[in-house]
Amino acid sequence: MAHFDENAKPFSHQWLNERLAIDTLQRVLSTEYWIPKNINFLWAMGMVLAATFGILLISGIFLLMYYQPNTNLAFDSVNYTIMTEVGYGWLWRHIHGVGASVVFLIIYIHMFTGIYYGSYKRGRELIWISGMLLFVLFSAEAFSGYMLPWGQMSYWAGMVITNLFSGGSLHADGLVEWIRGDYVPAQAFLGRFFMLHVLLLPLVIIGAIVFHFGTLRIPHVNNQDGEEFDFDEAARLYKEGKKKESKVIPFNPVFLSKDVFVMGIYFIFFFYLVFYHFEFAMDPVNFDPADGLKTPAHIYPEWYFLWSYEILRPFSTNVGLIAFAIAQVIFFLLPFLDRSPNVAPASRRGKFKFWFWAMLIDMIVLTFMGKLPPEGAWSTIGLIAALVFFALWIALPIITKSEKKL
Amino acid sequence: MKELKIFGIVAAFTLILYWGVEPFAHSQMHKHVEGHNLVYDGKADIEEASKDKKEAKKKFWAEVKEIAKLKGDPVAGEATYAMCAGCHMEGAANMGGVTPPSLDHAGAIYDKNFLIALIKNPAMATNVDHKYKDTSTHPMGSISSMVSAPQDIANVVAYLKAKKAGEVTPKEAYIEACGRCHANRYGKLTQLGEIPKTKSNIKTGQDIEKMKYDQKVAEEQAALADYLGKLPPDLSIIYRARSEHFLHTFVENPQSQLAGTAMPRTGLDHEGMEKVMAYLEETGDPSKPARDALGPYVLIFFVIFTILAYLWKKSQWKDLH
Repeated sequence: MAHFDENAKPFSHQWLNERLAIDTLQRVLSTEYWIPKNINFLWAMGMVLAATFGILLISGIFLLMYYQPNTNLAFDSVNYTIMTEVGYGWLWRHIHGVGASVVFLIIYIHMFTGIYYGSYKRGRELIWISGMLLFVLFSAEAFSGYMLPWGQMSYWAGMVITNLFSGGSLHADGLVEWIRGDYVPAQAFLGRFFMLHVLLLPLVIIGAIVFHFGTLRIPHVNNQDGEEFDFDEAARLYKEGKKKESKVIPFNPVFLSKDVFVMGIYFIFFFYLVFYHFEFAMDPVNFDPADGLKTPAHIYPEWYFLWSYEILRPFSTNVGLIAFAIAQVIFFLLPFLDRSPNVAPASRRGKFKFWFWAMLIDMIVLTFMGKLPPEGAWSTIGLIAALVFFALWIALPIITKSEKKL
Repeated sequence: MKELKIFGIVAAFTLILYWGVEPFAHSQMHKHVEGHNLVYDGKADIEEASKDKKEAKKKFWAEVKEIAKLKGDPVAGEATYAMCAGCHMEGAANMGGVTPPSLDHAGAIYDKNFLIALIKNPAMATNVDHKYKDTSTHPMGSISSMVSAPQDIANVVAYLKAKKAGEVTPKEAYIEACGRCHANRYGKLTQLGEIPKTKSNIKTGQDIEKMKYDQKVAEEQAALADYLGKLPPDLSIIYRARSEHFLHTFVENPQSQLAGTAMPRTGLDHEGMEKVMAYLEETGDPSKPARDALGPYVLIFFVIFTILAYLWKKSQWKDLH
């Protein structure tokens, strides 16, 4: 058994140290958690995401106190009770709505940063996979949350998305009914998605975030040049005071000071949106109460799902579903489809540079087309962009295999 | 410098993305309807009318134009107005599906040309003549047998403009122009007006007065639904469900946005439109004043936060390079 000093005052530093090893914890998790020095502000997106998740969690707790998961009451509990009767209810709601949209913007920036700098390779595969797992979980969280105000778009998006599980020609209508708990989205459906949104998914997300942090500890964070170096040696230099020569900085306080500064800028942007420009995150159609007898003229998901929606749409039902299913998981395979030995920014990787920008632009085109009515030129452009998406994934192993070692 | 360049690229892509999914997508999704600046001269009605109705509409609006040129006499108009007051009165009963509205502020919130047209032929003026084989079967159709001489029409409108044009609140404008068909539950309004305060019996927990009121509302709604084909939507939060442009053009001429709709044109003038919109904003977006009051403080807080964070970052990073 460990040694416990009987004279140590309860809750004194020594007392806590003997019981919790707080010094070790602080060293491992904070003051001697080494981060490369050669980074830019994009490396702060992880902490920005953590902060946004915190904001969503806190605002969500306040909203949960007044929200009524009942198909007769849900709409008015959000749009009247919370917006009018609850002190600052409107603020929490707008923070939650804007946060849900902006968190995906930051997730996409975080993802494309990882792709650009090759941060999913050589020992960092699990960082990427756990990150993609978080993306899927956040998507489920966003979708289930979108059901809760029980407006027209909640109802019809719920209808369309659950219908996907019938599997086209498989006609697995029983499965769809099993998911809904009814023939159409109704009370059972709302109750389930409420539970998912406020309990199960947040729990899993918190676990996945811890896992994501855990996957970073051994391979360490990548740097702007994809340079591989000896972290122990660099840490030794730093601790000896040779800060200029060392390639690393401690997470706390040096890296954190930059993170906090980037977060400050982000919060200015975030709260500008909350107070003056929140409409983009709250679709007008969802301010009409759910009505199963009135299909809206245009049904479209929130902007962050549009690219995958557009992969589903231009094809026939069965092909579309298969394409959609592949698009949901293909990013998980990135570390294995990229066959190049190089960990370097895309700009130095020959053909991969073009692949990166083509993928980014293609996904933006898909996003645009996903919201436009599928008519005339828009559906043609959508179809081409969807085909380009798959062509790029097929091309990835081929072009990266022929990449010269840097 | 390099960081600023990267930031510029991220910001540019973000803005392009925003433009594509918001302003651009919405401009493509909804048909564009031009407003007519609340001028009621029948131009749009004639344009969109079917061939067999074009001539009748042209003739109707030409006659309205002629009456508008006459000089109305408010004193003579007051005597003629007695005929209107037979139906448009406090506690009016539902007639043919809809309750005649109060005209207390009609002179302030409705356009002169529209009022002339309305007295001449209510179905034509409100652009719902497609619903009637014979427009005199409109619930207000009998007016043509009571007030038909051009000078009489001009006199009544002159009276409304002179005597029924006092200061009007947004809520009054809404109740008079929209409230007989559209409830506004966030504004505590039904088709019968403001919901009265009632008390439940403390021994039974039941509120009989409320039950009676609810029954009256249900009957009124059933009559409306039978007349219009469906119950018109509650407008509590319509301000956030539709764009301002949509609401303006729709109220000006419902047929322009929703061809065949049973909703009549209400003939609001600029003051009337402004007041009705103000009320819709009040019930649909009540947090605006609070947002505007709090926003600057929150942003100033984060600007100071960022400046302090920058100074901290500078001090932490000064020996590193």
